[in-house]
Amino acid sequence: MNGNTQGVGVGIVEAQRAHFDTPLTLRSGAVLPAYELVYETYGTLNAAGSNAILVCHALSGHHHVAGTYADQPDNVGWWDNIIGPGRPLDTNRFFIVGVNNLGGCHGSTGPSSINPASGKPWGADFPLPAVVDWVHAQARLADHLGIQQWAAVVGGSLGGMQALRWTITYPERVRHALVIASAPKLTAQNIAFNDVARQAILTDPDFHGGHYYEHDTYPQRGLRLARMLGHITYLSDDQMDEKFGRTLRNGAFSFGYDVEFQVESYLRYQGDKFAGYFDANTYLLMTKALDYFDPAREGDGDLARALAKARAKFLVVSFSTDWRFSPARSREIVYALLKNGQDVSYAEIDCDFGHDSFLMPDPHYHEVIAAYLGRVES
Amino acid sequence: MSLINRSDFDVIAGWVQPGERVLDLGCGDGALLKRLIVERGARGYGLELEPASVKAAIANGINVIQGNLENGLADFSDDAFEHVVLSRTLQTIRHTQQILGEMLRVGREAVVSFPNFAYWKNQLAILEGRMPVSEDLPYQWYDSPNVRFFTILDFEDLCARMSIEIRDRRVLDEKGQLVTEEPNYLGSLAVYRLGRG
Repeated sequence: MNGNTQGVGVGIVEAQRAHFDTPLTLRSGAVLPAYELVYETYGTLNAAGSNAILVCHALSGHHHVAGTYADQPDNVGWWDNIIGPGRPLDTNRFFIVGVNNLGGCHGSTGPSSINPASGKPWGADFPLPAVVDWVHAQARLADHLGIQQWAAVVGGSLGGMQALRWTITYPERVRHALVIASAPKLTAQNIAFNDVARQAILTDPDFHGGHYYEHDTYPQRGLRLARMLGHITYLSDDQMDEKFGRTLRNGAFSFGYDVEFQVESYLRYQGDKFAGYFDANTYLLMTKALDYFDPAREGDGDLARALAKARAKFLVVSFSTDWRFSPARSREIVYALLKNGQDVSYAEIDCDFGHDSFLMPDPHYHEVIAAYLGRVES
Repeated sequence: MSLINRSDFDVIAGWVQPGERVLDLGCGDGALLKRLIVERGARGYGLELEPASVKAAIANGINVIQGNLENGLADFSDDAFEHVVLSRTLQTIRHTQQILGEMLRVGREAVVSFPNFAYWKNQLAILEGRMPVSEDLPYQWYDSPNVRFFTILDFEDLCARMSIEIRDRRVLDEKGQLVTEEPNYLGSLAVYRLGRG
């Protein structure tokens, strides 16, 4: 996946931690009295604080966006291929910030953190954050870092929703928004996929109503199934066919239910790997944040009205083979902005990797991002 | 696209007033829009299908939407623009009447330029048994993006049939000089300013 990147990347990085004591009232009405955010930065913030780019992560992402750790040389950031000196998110020009969102399972306050009220892990009691809550928390991190206004907020998928939300909630704090492989809201089909994934977790006997930490276990089977289902929807039909076809692992049918087809082997491996490091409660709340996202509600159902507040310039990018967040969904954002006469460019990239394309080092895709950011003042 | 001789740009720039909204269909690398923004203080968007051109337009700082003209302009609302421009592209589009109708729905005015197939050098080429290749028809028959071949007279017939008002017309020769006499014979490129009839 990192085979096509330029230069050497950002090298060794360190995660940092910020503590916030001002209570955060969430959209649900719940209040987080205090919380921590874990984040990473690459490049140098200039004296004016004007060259910062926020990278928002998707469902399974986190703050470790680029580089590696000194003690974990193989732990490469999830979007390393696009960040670094001379890469599209050029650390020679920009100060890049990655943050693990509230409710995450990579160090920021989330379901596995200790609930100060009970002295035990929050578990299922952790309040469900909405995309706007993440944006508020990210704004406080920006304050903490001395960033008044982002040069750009960038994100793919659920990360793109955060970029979009930034432009509406803090219009004066974002100059450019790069909304990639995203959507202005989920369709019924998309919510349905999320609910099947949630049901897999919620019905796992090891879920214990979300308080599995106390039982020293976790809903491994449910999380694994959720990831297997999700993974299918992130790939394209053609790509799966090309990669696996009907190839059998042992060359012949075994007339049983063990792994036979290569695609089964691949999905089970992906499911096992994911269930081994990701937190089920985080998975649940991330999918709910996706389902709830619908900024058009603030414009009485009219996305253009909701976006009219935005002052940012936009780059919207979609991928031809992405059926989970299809190009048509990106075009809804584009034409809402167009209706308002707002600045927007839109690129539809021919790339074989379905929804996952946004993570791939496709040359044309990266050139488009580089061309756009090349115009962004640092 | 001939980037060296874009004499129609001079004509189009003269028709756009400061602050007006322009949609440039098939905007290429955004050269015309850039000029209209810088010289005329216009605002606007380009629509472009080719990935390399989309990238180039983005690099030029132009608002460009990747999309296919042949799919129409359904996503654009009525009267969204003062001008909708189709520069040297009409001859490459199959749905000629549909796109002209759509341009005049989305824009108060349509600006269309196209190579005149009846230009005397083109006629001469045909008489000599060859498909014309010129400054304004710069392709060989086997690699030409053009799918419609028509003349100034043909185009004006279609405008009449579609009740499209011709508000202005400039005809240019291969050097970009204004042609005033015998335009259908001496003109290589025609530029029209059209309105709803």
